[in-house]
Amino acid sequence: MRRLVTDTLIIAERNLIRLPRAPELFIGYTLQPIMFVLLFRYVFGGAIRTPGYSYVDFLLPGIIVQNASFAGFATALGLNEDMRKGLIDRFRSLPMSRAAVLGGRTLADVATNALSITILIVTGVIIGFGFQVGFLSAVAGVGLLLLFGYAFSWFLAFLGLLVSSPEAVNSVGFVIIFPLTFISSAFVPVASMPAGLKDFAEVNPFTIVVDALRHLWLGAPAHNNVWAALAWSLAIVAVFAPLAVARYRRAAGG
Amino acid sequence: MNGGEDAIEVHGLVKRFGEVVALDGVDLVAARGQVLGLLGPNGAGKTTLVRVLATLLRPDAGTARVLGFDVQHDAAALRERIGLAGQYAAVDENLTGSENLIMVGRLYGASRSSATARARELLERFDLLDAAGRPTKTYSGGMRRRLDLAAALVAKPPVLFLDEPTTGLDPRSRSSLWGVIEDLVAGGTTALLTTQYLDEADRLADTIAVIDHGRVIAEGTSDELKDRLGGERLEVRLDAGTDPLVAVQALASMSDEPPALEDGLVKLSVRERSGAIVEAVRRLSDANVGVDDLSLRRPTLDDVFLALTGHAAEEDGADGAPGRERAA
Repeated sequence: MRRLVTDTLIIAERNLIRLPRAPELFIGYTLQPIMFVLLFRYVFGGAIRTPGYSYVDFLLPGIIVQNASFAGFATALGLNEDMRKGLIDRFRSLPMSRAAVLGGRTLADVATNALSITILIVTGVIIGFGFQVGFLSAVAGVGLLLLFGYAFSWFLAFLGLLVSSPEAVNSVGFVIIFPLTFISSAFVPVASMPAGLKDFAEVNPFTIVVDALRHLWLGAPAHNNVWAALAWSLAIVAVFAPLAVARYRRAAGG
Repeated sequence: MNGGEDAIEVHGLVKRFGEVVALDGVDLVAARGQVLGLLGPNGAGKTTLVRVLATLLRPDAGTARVLGFDVQHDAAALRERIGLAGQYAAVDENLTGSENLIMVGRLYGASRSSATARARELLERFDLLDAAGRPTKTYSGGMRRRLDLAAALVAKPPVLFLDEPTTGLDPRSRSSLWGVIEDLVAGGTTALLTTQYLDEADRLADTIAVIDHGRVIAEGTSDELKDRLGGERLEVRLDAGTDPLVAVQALASMSDEPPALEDGLVKLSVRERSGAIVEAVRRLSDANVGVDDLSLRRPTLDDVFLALTGHAAEEDGADGAPGRERAA
């Protein structure tokens, strides 16, 4: 167990020290989320009715949850590359914890996610977003975001080990994440959707997490969404962490 | 469990990937402190065997023990005692040379400070100190291989697996890497070296196992393998315009097998070295055959390989690591 913790931290460190050296990654974590916030706020914002909220207040929790689900792409792409370049073989030949390579990757995602969240909140505040509830509630919202992003990293870790190339990671990942985030309450009120989509959106975990965040940040009615969001996050970890570790053990034939 | 005399003992090892039988009952032994060269063409099963021994792959049948540890049941203990350097130079491109080695050291369980000290020692030994602070994506192929080998040595493992360590390197990097490997083995490390280069096996390996289609088809020292071919190789290059068949006829009774004829070159293996040249020249001159050049040499491993497998060692070079690709 001690081995798992130290090895996980070593791998997380490995994945973070590269960040300042890779400007393109840095742009992905910083400029890209800012761009999306501005595009949505100023291009779509005027056309979308969000009763009870200004669009920027409505939008920020949604886009920040979507962004949190993207943090895990670093894990999916990184694992895929490690596998192809033989680095996973190196790790598997070492007397290190079997779960640490994945644990370290997903942990590093939490750090980059925290960076993106900070940048998004600052951007949001600049263009008019305001927290309506107290400080602790705002912090609890950030905690929920980090947990949900972490959970989603395990799903993407599994995906990264499953498919054969980084291109496949991108295309499969986007095909899964875009419908999930768009057919939810992230960008438009669910009530405005046609019947079939609406049914899906209402049970979509993204809706639940976004609504939980709106509760914590804006005081929106909760409907137990916070607990449901926590439960979803833990359930995603519970399902995909073992799947990913099992896949990692078998990766390249072991 | 650790009392065995031999560093590596493999019995009846079988590994299949779907329909493909990568290892078809391999038996192999390497004594402690020895370099065992595993020689074979691409796809012969060399990489698969290394991956089984390095605990990366589970065999379907048979047993494999390294330092007395079973590769399946004692994998965790075994991993503390082995180092793996592969043909893919498995280092993190985004980390510096120094960071790579420190990371590996810490994953072996060393503290940050002792991992740092060991990294420095290795970087110095492998002539990478000047490049230690640069991301390894800026390294040349030879530098990456040296770093990869250094990473395998971080924990001073008594057994080293070197999977085609010089494939794709230029001759200078190759011979510098050979020097490093020779130093290591002089220090008592046991090494399993896979290669498709016969000169590499010839120079580095104490014993050689020739592997083809997942089976060991011959085993012995380089000299023993060459002796199997029987005698010396006599090669005669004929003057242009000479009838080679006359030469073949003149020389035929010097050998047990009929001489081979290739591009104006008559080749035969002779029973006795002493006097063979004089005898050949006398016979050819009696038959009025003009000789341009004539040589007598020991058989090379190339000859051995060709005789054993019916094909040359480096003929199918397209597929880099079939074991890895099939398994992925």
